[in-house]
Amino acid sequence: MKIGVVTFPGSLDDVDARRAATVAGAEAVALWHGDADLHGVDAVVLPGGFSYGDYLRAGAISRFAPVMETIIKKAGEGLPVLGICNGFQVLCESHLLPGALIKNHHRKFICKDQPLRIENNRTAWTSDYDANHEITIVLKNQDGSYVADEATLDRLEGEGLVVARYLGQNPNGSYRDIAGISNERGNVVGLMPHPEHCVETLTGPSTDGLGFFTSVLKAVVAS
Amino acid sequence: MSTDTVSNATSSPDVEQPWAELGLKPDEYQRIRDILDRRPTSCELAMYSVMWSEHCSYKSSKVHLKRFGEIPQETPAGKMLAGIGENAGVIDIGEGYAVTFKVESHNHPSYVEPYQGAATGVGGIVRDILAMGARPVAVMDPLRFGPLDAPDTKRVLPGIVSGVGGYGNSLGLPNIGGEVVFDPTYLGNPLVNALCVGVMRHEDLHLANATGIGNQIILYGAKTGGDGIGGVSVLASETFAEGGPTKRPAVQVGDPFMEKLLIECTLELFAARIVEGIQDLGGAGLSCATSELASAGDGGMFVSLDKVPLRDASLAPEEILMSESQERMMAVVTPGNVEQFLKICEKWDVQADVIGEVTDTGRLQIDWHGERVVDVPPRTVAHEGPVYERPYARPDWQDELQADGAEKLPRANTPEQLRDTLLKLIASPNLCDKSWVTDQYDRYVLGNSVLAQPEDSGMIRVDETSGLGVAVSTDCNGRFAKLDPYIGAKLALAESYRNVATTGARPAAVTDCLNFGSPEDPGVMWQFSEAIRGLVDGCIELGIPVTGGNVSFYNQTGETPILPTPVVGVLGVIDDVTRRTPIGFTAEMEGHQLYLLGETEEELSGSEWAHVIHGHLGGRPPAVDLAAEAHLADILINASRDGLIDAAHDVSDGGVAQVLVESALRGGTGARVWAPDGLDPFLFLFAESAGRAVVAVPRTEEVRFTDMCTARRFPHTKIGVVTGESLDVQDQFEIPLAELRSNWTATLPNALG
Repeated sequence: MKIGVVTFPGSLDDVDARRAATVAGAEAVALWHGDADLHGVDAVVLPGGFSYGDYLRAGAISRFAPVMETIIKKAGEGLPVLGICNGFQVLCESHLLPGALIKNHHRKFICKDQPLRIENNRTAWTSDYDANHEITIVLKNQDGSYVADEATLDRLEGEGLVVARYLGQNPNGSYRDIAGISNERGNVVGLMPHPEHCVETLTGPSTDGLGFFTSVLKAVVAS
Repeated sequence: MSTDTVSNATSSPDVEQPWAELGLKPDEYQRIRDILDRRPTSCELAMYSVMWSEHCSYKSSKVHLKRFGEIPQETPAGKMLAGIGENAGVIDIGEGYAVTFKVESHNHPSYVEPYQGAATGVGGIVRDILAMGARPVAVMDPLRFGPLDAPDTKRVLPGIVSGVGGYGNSLGLPNIGGEVVFDPTYLGNPLVNALCVGVMRHEDLHLANATGIGNQIILYGAKTGGDGIGGVSVLASETFAEGGPTKRPAVQVGDPFMEKLLIECTLELFAARIVEGIQDLGGAGLSCATSELASAGDGGMFVSLDKVPLRDASLAPEEILMSESQERMMAVVTPGNVEQFLKICEKWDVQADVIGEVTDTGRLQIDWHGERVVDVPPRTVAHEGPVYERPYARPDWQDELQADGAEKLPRANTPEQLRDTLLKLIASPNLCDKSWVTDQYDRYVLGNSVLAQPEDSGMIRVDETSGLGVAVSTDCNGRFAKLDPYIGAKLALAESYRNVATTGARPAAVTDCLNFGSPEDPGVMWQFSEAIRGLVDGCIELGIPVTGGNVSFYNQTGETPILPTPVVGVLGVIDDVTRRTPIGFTAEMEGHQLYLLGETEEELSGSEWAHVIHGHLGGRPPAVDLAAEAHLADILINASRDGLIDAAHDVSDGGVAQVLVESALRGGTGARVWAPDGLDPFLFLFAESAGRAVVAVPRTEEVRFTDMCTARRFPHTKIGVVTGESLDVQDQFEIPLAELRSNWTATLPNALG
């Protein structure tokens, strides 16, 4: 069972995502943006960071990386893909997920321990959570405000594609407090907060993030 | 404009040169002429002017800094592998690991252009650490501002915080600590100090020298632009003059994305073992890198300046030599390895160009399109600059200041007054919650942050298997240093040392950032000299060396210098980070016994209480007893290792009251406490005696803990118990945690939005 983690120029949480995959019991594989080969991985994480310096728009340049061509194709075939923070931005820019992420409404970078509710536990990345499971994981972003038009938001809500929602005060201005969404098939998930920082009590505010990585192990075994 | 070549300079000795505008003094200019036996070319003049600036040459501080050499160079953790004089000090922490750490200032640029000034301050110190061969693993930023309610603070603070975060976050470096301090003297001259910690294997240590005749000089990273010209000289080494030019062009502009690529690229170059010598380009840019590398090597270097890639093709050679464009490094590489070097740079999309080579001429020679524009002995540029024995004298006002103690000021003495005083103090700018600032910093990235602010020190796991880690704290109470710079520097050292020990790590080494006013003021020079004496004596007594640091002079507004601010960073080593001690009282600690370690004296001068309640600064700072600090540290480290304590917090600014509030709010559980017999409740709560800590001891470990303290004859007094949802000071007052929290957290958001 191999989880690949892509490193783009400017990726920052790639090491953390690989560690989280390992803690969950998977073999972590480092993937390089310039290499279109996925080296036989069973799932892919697009990690947080400032790929290409967020130039133009966050995620806008990364979507054209050779590795993304393969990921976009394989995601269509059901490969589990988790985009965290900047990875979520890349997924939106790649049109694997609808909507976009814009600058936090307060215009500041924010790093805090954020309570969330897992609202969809039927995706490849969230099946280990109970329905409406409340978790606290790290939120840290500059451009974390999820936006989409009303029709898209209504459709996401209606089809149960909102994966996670912020609890308490909305930390970044995301429409309808949305923290994460999935595609219809449930194999592609975008999440603004950082589960990979929450897999060890020693270094994170909780181990609540581990479920994302254990979930995908089961999804891969089941398929 | 024609190029001012060496032959031109020889044939036209009487040309007027702009040495004064470049910040040189008449005798310094004459000295350059004496060294070269002719007038300098305009390029040479540019190089000497930046390298002989106060910031680069340490000309006013050198004679004092020498005293750090008196400190034994062995650390309690292990050998020092590199010391003062290198880009950063390196110490052996065992298991084959070495750590390097250093703190630097970026004060003046951050006042002129807060965002970029602070951002490039982070970038610069990170490159220093990288140049040693280490992977940077954490940063911290001691910051000092004018009064929170001053209009200019609202301009300067948000920009600086955003710049620190914007750059450090984009590099993927956790920001694990630092300070945010307010005092009126910093209004026209905020302090932005930046510290970075790096980790390497012993065999990865790299030093800055250009050896091996014929080896190639490669400049890699960002292209050179017109930013930061004269940053070290006319900006960092002069006092701001009212009505003068804004000096904004002297501030560099940072690109953290390029720096992130530079870090990963450089680490891959190190891993490939193809770097013979390396130097980062920071202050004084190419002038510094070429002259320092050449000085430390086999004696000669040749550079074709026209091979330097430029952002702006119109730059003159003088400007290229002085530019402080960020995100650049210079490496010395054998001819056989050049191809592989360039290939690795290409992989990371990092531009790299061979611009010169190591020679046997003993001279630094630089050509511009085939014409010689620099021909100098490199050491005269890098190391043999002017040295000043600046006059120093204890200021006339020092006696009067010390005679005006805060101990005589009226104090709260009813329960109601004590309660009000506590609430007022915890909401004051220096003691309030700083998360408005620190929430803009990523403290989690890399996944090894075991402790981060508001803990007593930041702690980073170095080895995931063994749990080996390091802890770092930075501290300075500038008010204490003003009252007595010798004692004040020792107190800064003691506090930082104590903060590291409180988390369970053994203090091993010191870095310092000495922020002072103008060295041309004898009173300031006396403060500086006294502070160094305090640090040297203190380090000798504690048995930890100074491994490097930085001096920042000319921090003053008009004639008014800042509080003398010798910021001290202490790094400690912990064998197993799972044994670390946090500050918070958690629900699991309900019923734990609270002990106050150390003695509380009637020491209020320079305290937060005197500052906030009376706007008073006078008297003598608290006494400092470093032997007692070392005993306290031993107790805290052993108690952490043996599981005798579950929480600990050092007592400093704001006294025991502040400790109890912070620990209770951090962990979400309150405390019931009482003033020990014979101690006035006011002094119990607010005195700032040094050498103290509050610890939470599980009932099951109480006997072992008190036996240990007794055996070591260290004062330990039971002051209460962890319990409930309030801070209950028996026979005095009780405040619910919710009320404490709202008072403590509201201040910065209310002021800054």
